[in-house]
Amino acid sequence: MDELTLNARVEDLDQVLSFVDSHLEQLNCPMKIQMQIDVAVEELYVNIASYAYATVGPVSIRFEVEQDPLAVFITFIDHGVPYDPLKKPDPDVTLSAEERQIGGLGIYMVKKSMDGIDYEYKDGQNILRIQKNIG
Amino acid sequence: MNIVKNQNGNKLTIALEGRLDTTTSPQLESELRTALNGVTEFSLDLDKLDYISSAGLRVLLSAQKVMNKQGKMVIRNVKPEIMEIFDVTGFVDILNIEA
Repeated sequence: MDELTLNARVEDLDQVLSFVDSHLEQLNCPMKIQMQIDVAVEELYVNIASYAYATVGPVSIRFEVEQDPLAVFITFIDHGVPYDPLKKPDPDVTLSAEERQIGGLGIYMVKKSMDGIDYEYKDGQNILRIQKNIG
Repeated sequence: MNIVKNQNGNKLTIALEGRLDTTTSPQLESELRTALNGVTEFSLDLDKLDYISSAGLRVLLSAQKVMNKQGKMVIRNVKPEIMEIFDVTGFVDILNIEA
C-alpha cells in the first residue's frame, strides 16, 4: 500500500498520474489498462481539485494491490463538501453534437471503464474507491 | 502536447502529438479559437495522440459544433484505445471519424 497526500490543485495532476503510473509499471500493467486507469484518476482528482473545497484542501490517494486475480484499488480521500459522484445521472450518449451537454462525461467514463466503484461519506470524509482488474 | 498545423486556404489540418488531458486541453482550445476562423474543412489527425480524457473530449465537441456551422470536420488515424473512449461516450456518433 502506498499513499500520496497533496493539496488538490488541478495543475498538480501530473504528480498524481506519475504516482499511479509508477506503481502500474511495477505491476507490468498493460498499456491499455494503464490508460483507462489514468483517465479515471484524472477525472476523479480534477473533480476534487475543482469542487471539494471552497479554496483548496488536501486529498489522499491510496494505491493498493490484491492478488488472485491481480487487481488495483485506488482510493481518494478528502474532507471537502460531501459529494457522491455515483449519484450523478449518466449523460445521454445518444444525443447529437448540438444537443449534447459539455459536462457529465468524466464520471461516466470512470463508471464505464472501471470494474468497481465504491463511495462512502464517513467521519467527515469523502471516500471514493475504484477497482480495476489487471490479471 | 504538440500541435502541428497545416493550412491551405480554407482547409486546415491539425495533428496532435501526445496527450489531450486536463493540463493540455486549454492549449488546443485556445489554438482553435482563432485557427478555425474562416475554415470550411478541418481535419484532425490523431495518429500520434496517445491519451484523451473528458477535458479533451469537451474541446473536440466544441470544435465539432463550430465546424457543423461553417463546414466539415473529420478525425483521422484514431488509435484503438482512443476509439474505445469515443465508442463508450457516444462520441463515435457525434464526431466524423475516418479510418
